[in-house]
Amino acid sequence: MEEILQLVVFGIVIGSIIGLGSMGLTLSYGITKFANFAHGDIMSLAMYIAYFIVVDLGLMGPTVFSLSFGWGMFLAIAVTIILLAIFSIAIDKLIYKKLRRDKSNIVTMAIASLGVGIIIRAVVTMFWGPFARNFVPGIHEAVPITGNILIKPDQIFIIALTIVVTIVMYYLLYHTKLGKAMRATADNPDLAAVSGININNILAYTWAITGALTAVAGIMLGIQAQVYINLGFNLLLPMFAAVILGGIGNPWGALIGGFVVAISSEVSTAWIATGYKPAVPFVILIIMLIVRPRGIFGSNI
Amino acid sequence: MNKILETMNLTSGYGDITIIDNISIYLESSEIVTIIGPNGAGKSTLLKAIFGMLPIFNGDVKFKENSIAGRNPSEIVSLGASFVPQTENIFPSLSITENLEIGGYQRSDNFQEQLDKMFQLFPELAKKSNEKASNLSGGQRQSLALARALMLDPVMLLLDEPSAALSPVMRQFIFEKIKEIAALGVGILMIEQNAEEALRQSDRGYVLAGGKIAFHDTAQAILANPEVGQLFLGIQKEK
Repeated sequence: MEEILQLVVFGIVIGSIIGLGSMGLTLSYGITKFANFAHGDIMSLAMYIAYFIVVDLGLMGPTVFSLSFGWGMFLAIAVTIILLAIFSIAIDKLIYKKLRRDKSNIVTMAIASLGVGIIIRAVVTMFWGPFARNFVPGIHEAVPITGNILIKPDQIFIIALTIVVTIVMYYLLYHTKLGKAMRATADNPDLAAVSGININNILAYTWAITGALTAVAGIMLGIQAQVYINLGFNLLLPMFAAVILGGIGNPWGALIGGFVVAISSEVSTAWIATGYKPAVPFVILIIMLIVRPRGIFGSNI
Repeated sequence: MNKILETMNLTSGYGDITIIDNISIYLESSEIVTIIGPNGAGKSTLLKAIFGMLPIFNGDVKFKENSIAGRNPSEIVSLGASFVPQTENIFPSLSITENLEIGGYQRSDNFQEQLDKMFQLFPELAKKSNEKASNLSGGQRQSLALARALMLDPVMLLLDEPSAALSPVMRQFIFEKIKEIAALGVGILMIEQNAEEALRQSDRGYVLAGGKIAFHDTAQAILANPEVGQLFLGIQKEK
């Protein structure tokens, strides 16, 4: 039993990362209606921006609250959020906007985004090389929650940050004028336009928020695992699984979907070889698509 | 005479295909004008062209004496016009109140006042204000669609088949509401399949056929015209 609970704890940590990543993916889908294949690579980019700030610029500072990192990481998160928000808007204006104007179909858009992802990977590899790095090298000791169930302080940080971001997102989407306009635009863009909403502004804000979520998820992934260029892309399929599980376009569904994906694959290792664990969420996904094609929570924000 | 809307030789369509050709119509405040015509005559195209949702190939659209040709819908909304599409005219996953908030998106003051006014006009919406709009019945959806369009106090309302897919009782209800709205000083330009019923509520009518205005008169005169009646209203001559 303790082994299972330990795997659940680990699943919650990974689920936080996949969940926040999926939330960004599903938000941008809700407004733009295309699957952004660059999403995973933008998560990787976030890790490297943070790495640049805390390691290359040497701004980490002494460790705080038993975490493996210092205040510099908080600064890196804030800066990366801003940079990726700007980056996401810029990519939309430079590439996707033109494709939308030419009425390109969603496959063209998706392939274009795959291209963006490949370019990001190439550019990052050019600067930092193909090898994995760590924000802070060495072993980070875990502390017991109860009995033999352990968690690292860094992992508590990841879960706490996910809770904070979720609360901020809830407030934004349900209690601000911008959030309501975003939900209206996802629901019915034509009607949103004839209601006096400037759709181009909403698109820009959505990309900014997606960029911010991607930044947080990417840095969390770097803290939990390593700073390695392929990690984001490797999470792309699990994130799509989470998005579909939760109902496409539904951010809360995506978050819950992220936990389902991560916890199911972690817990499965109690019975099956670790190498098979990535398949588990997809088995769940296929069963769910047969039983409930619109996802657990349906497709509305 | 107070013309709030006037199209002059308006020509528009999709891509490079002309759908409506050389259309000149007008609308005054407090007036209800109905455009009737067979399917494919270009009725919806005309409304969309006026509201900046389609390119204008030729001619001009004047709203409150200023040209709005080439403006986008959100600019036209800010000038005091509003549009209710035929279908998908609410935000299903938003609550009733949120739908109205989006309707009043460009409003900076007296939001609550206007919301209360809409709930007075449509009391059945007030009871369900926090429910998701997807839970509403057909008639209630149409009420919400009208209320959303009125949140900015427009002087002109364009309605694309407001009574489509409604029961006869609900049709009557919606037409009564449209008359109430016009009585508040709003000019209403609508297109309708239920042509006879719509004309009975209207001041004037245009008959659109093959993308051109085939006929224009007071609603009563159109209803009384045996030729129009037979061709467009399905009224058979008594033997």
